[in-house]
Amino acid sequence: MITQLLERFFSGRPKATSGQQVKQRLKFILAHDRAAISPPMFEAMRQEILAVVAKYVELDEDSLEIRLESDNRYTSVVANMPIRPLRGEEPTEVAPEFASEELTLPHPPAPQGKPQLDGDSSPLH
Amino acid sequence: MSRTIVVTSGKGGVGKTTSSANLGMALAKLGRKVVLVDADFGLRNLDLLLGLENRVVYTALEVIARECKLDQALVKDKRQPNLSLLAAPQTRNKTAITAAHMKALVDVLSRYFDYVLVDCPAGIETGFQNAIAGAKEAIIVTTPEISAVRDADRVIGLLEANRIKDIKLIINRLRPNMVKTNDMMSVEDVLEILSVKLIGVIPEDEQVIVSTNKGEPLVLSEKLPLAGTAYENTARRLDGHEVEFIDLNAPRDSFMARIQRWFTR
Repeated sequence: MITQLLERFFSGRPKATSGQQVKQRLKFILAHDRAAISPPMFEAMRQEILAVVAKYVELDEDSLEIRLESDNRYTSVVANMPIRPLRGEEPTEVAPEFASEELTLPHPPAPQGKPQLDGDSSPLH
Repeated sequence: MSRTIVVTSGKGGVGKTTSSANLGMALAKLGRKVVLVDADFGLRNLDLLLGLENRVVYTALEVIARECKLDQALVKDKRQPNLSLLAAPQTRNKTAITAAHMKALVDVLSRYFDYVLVDCPAGIETGFQNAIAGAKEAIIVTTPEISAVRDADRVIGLLEANRIKDIKLIINRLRPNMVKTNDMMSVEDVLEILSVKLIGVIPEDEQVIVSTNKGEPLVLSEKLPLAGTAYENTARRLDGHEVEFIDLNAPRDSFMARIQRWFTR
């Protein structure tokens, strides 16, 4: 009892309580139980969804979110995938190099309409 | 109109049998004719909690095998004659009966009793499937613990898949002090997660062990312990009455105990 008391005086405010932790853990595991999808399988699905969306738009990897959410016994896949904003200053940096009329391309130009799949920002593509 | 209700939980040890015994006894005290059916074949316990173990001659198995008549197997409680018990066999295992047997048994019992309460075994296999076969309603017993709530959720899903839509929840063994310090899920937390109708909150109570030792359900005590009152209220809600939930946070213990708790909190 004395040690508990001392701990209380010196440890400051308690961290996230176990009651909050258990609720978060339960919500997570129940969403997977109800949808009958294991966390690894969900991760595989997440990666596939991301790959498909990233074909068409450039995603902001840091703030995207795909998860299962359970509410009132219904479970849904909730996705929030912000598109990365186009930055204004980038074109001005590379623009002078392309000013020359003699510029040649090392590779044949990519066919029109094919989306760029990776984040490669090489100016010569 | 007779009601057939299965008391189930998925996880073992959360208080299914204690809840069955107390609800059955409390409903009988309210003047309803009640039969408690122990569906835990091979691991029967309901007779012990009711203190009727010495009076069990025939069980559900002999009734099904037509080795005895149904009324010979029903043990009438002498303390509360509105209550009868149909015990489970202790010797045979769960494969001794089928869901069809159980349904037929519950159907027949429902002609003679206002309430047929089926005490379900733990798990979700054959024993569970048999126990829910004759029931039209279900009471889920859970405790505010991660494993019990997870299993309860699974069982709710299975009941719904088996066309049992009328599902009510008992949250058992709640420790108000731990809820207050945020070290146990609250009633609201569990309800938010399970989304079923709450019918009872039973606080953790040492008297439950004492009553089990004696073979006398809490609701029979002369001076009702808190858990006994909670069970009585639950039974009255089940019977269709509006009963307010007890404020479990109201101080009940001695001044010194409260001081000590303040220091150790």
